[in-house]
Amino acid sequence: MPLASQFINLLAALLLLIAFAMLSQRRVLTLIKLFAWQGATLATSIVIVAWSTGQPHLYYSATLTVLLKVILIPWILHRLINRLNIRWDVETLINIPTTMLVGIGLVIFAFALATPISQTANAITRSTLGIALASVLLSFLMMIVRRKAIPQVIGFLSMENGLFFAATSATYGMPLVVELGIALDVLVGTFIFGIFFFHIREQFDSLDIRHMEKLKED
Amino acid sequence: MPLLGGLVLALFGHRRWAPELNASMSLCTLVAAAFLTARIIADGPMTAFHEQFFVDPFNVFLVALTTFVAFTTTLFSCPYMRTEAKHGRVNMARLRLYHSMYQFFTFTMLLCLLSNNVGVMWVAMEGATLSTVLLVSLYRTPASLEAAWKYFILCSVGLAQALFGTILLYFAAEKVLGPGVTSLLWTHLYEVRGALEPTVLSLAFVFLLLGYGTKVGLVPLHNWLPDAHAEGPTPISAVLSGLLLNVALYAVVRSKVLVDGALAHHFSGGLMMGFGLLSVVVAAFFLSRQRDIKRMFAYSSIEHMGIMTFAFGMGGAVAAFAGLLHMTVHSLTKSAIFFTAGHASQATGTQNMDDIRGLIQVSPAIGWGLVLGSVAILGMPPFGVFTSEFMVLTTAMHEHSWATPFLLVALGVAFAAIFGKVQPMVFGETTAPRLAHGPALIPVFVHLTIVLILGLYIPPYLVAWYRQAAALIG
Repeated sequence: MPLASQFINLLAALLLLIAFAMLSQRRVLTLIKLFAWQGATLATSIVIVAWSTGQPHLYYSATLTVLLKVILIPWILHRLINRLNIRWDVETLINIPTTMLVGIGLVIFAFALATPISQTANAITRSTLGIALASVLLSFLMMIVRRKAIPQVIGFLSMENGLFFAATSATYGMPLVVELGIALDVLVGTFIFGIFFFHIREQFDSLDIRHMEKLKED
Repeated sequence: MPLLGGLVLALFGHRRWAPELNASMSLCTLVAAAFLTARIIADGPMTAFHEQFFVDPFNVFLVALTTFVAFTTTLFSCPYMRTEAKHGRVNMARLRLYHSMYQFFTFTMLLCLLSNNVGVMWVAMEGATLSTVLLVSLYRTPASLEAAWKYFILCSVGLAQALFGTILLYFAAEKVLGPGVTSLLWTHLYEVRGALEPTVLSLAFVFLLLGYGTKVGLVPLHNWLPDAHAEGPTPISAVLSGLLLNVALYAVVRSKVLVDGALAHHFSGGLMMGFGLLSVVVAAFFLSRQRDIKRMFAYSSIEHMGIMTFAFGMGGAVAAFAGLLHMTVHSLTKSAIFFTAGHASQATGTQNMDDIRGLIQVSPAIGWGLVLGSVAILGMPPFGVFTSEFMVLTTAMHEHSWATPFLLVALGVAFAAIFGKVQPMVFGETTAPRLAHGPALIPVFVHLTIVLILGLYIPPYLVAWYRQAAALIG
């Protein structure tokens, strides 16, 4: 099915693009929007894989993704930033062009790492494993360079997205039990993050991670 | 399999108001686990619930250890948390959170140990992280929030790597076993491990080791560990150090056995030995620079996890035996030490070692408990830690003689660091008032006695049990 394969490649490229956009984004609200788009792209790609390979359980996992990552979590994050009344710009530790260059390096590294595995894959989604790994690493980078708590969390969640993409692209999805478990963990994790934001703000009057560098070796 | 059902129900009971209820819940779990253990010893390995759970000598041994220490910790936490509440560090709502999360934490650890499904194991491990995060920040001080945030972020990111490893594992297994749940079951994976794609598996192992290794606290992924141990409430430090690290190491060892079957050379063992040795050496040198008593013993945990990882990495029956024994004695001793350290800091009102003086005057039980615990953890004969460390060292001399000097130097440095700090804390004059209430030190002396007995004489059935488990992973 070359058409489906083409589509998935297109979506994979889109996913990578969104990952880079998130890396370069300065505003929190846009970041959340981008995260929702990433979820939507992921869900579409899962649906296409499900349709072209006839794997019914993937439809569930696509529904789960839409519910959780396109609707619920962005909504929670929106409410959080409204309640906490934060609309500041995102600050980064390294400037954005440097971050982008590091990101490109990571993508190349991811492709180099994924090539031997892709050789053995006979899935229609062969070339996407590298992209999945790349978006995981890019989210990782985002967590490292961001200074505020919320962008770090979004980085974590988009890493989860990248992992889900890896799961669908390499293996047509994990068994449903596992996917449900992972989804539950992500949801609970988001709630705990939310609780955390309030505690942190209560203590430090800001969500800047810089305040949290007291515990180190002297 | 009604035992497991009862186990899960016992853990899910909601609304625990009193510490005693918490303790009795853990006692139920312990009893259930004891029955399970007895059955496994009698009947051999088994599986349950469409093979979703499985029990063999290796994991049942950890189940027994986990439930035992979880139970004694609840005994310790009854008076300890009451005192904390009296000092105004926690209120009732937080105590409730503490108790229910404690049970959830035990549940996730047991699920992680018993699950036959690699994916479910990952989910349980993440669940263990989530349930302890709010416990680490229970006091809501800036330092504890920072520690919890660090713990959360680092462990989640680490576990994300482990998830990627799991996906790769599934990817390799699916080719052999076909899609579906069976391709993620340990029991099935072991049967076909020779047929799995070696390149994919070695990459998967690297991710799994990094991921679960973060949780084990292997250097250089250990940053969260001292903070989380030092800032959380003491019972939590005890179970984190004594149990959670073991469970994470269990996951690593399981993956290693699988990958060893697929790869001809000593790839996974070498990696584990390297990480283990690095952890031992780095942690030993950090020990001498600590000021906070719980933080110091957290570094000691990193050191001991390093020793175990090294032992399992060497492989072979003797090393695996030593690793298992070390797991047992370390869990028992380290939780005992945390109990006494908790009481010591409660009595003196500080965790700073420079301000803790003359513990024996404050309370002889606390003072001697700390002395004995430290002597035990430092590997002095006749305690059990000596036996296991001795076995690791002799095996290392035979098989990897290059590593022996590193280990010996690290152990020596650790000895000097810990002993030098504990000695002034215990002896000498004190300014702190004598304790008004008796400390809950029964668990401490029970643990230390077991460790002492294990050092002097290991009963034959226990040896047989360890041998079986070691044969599974050696």
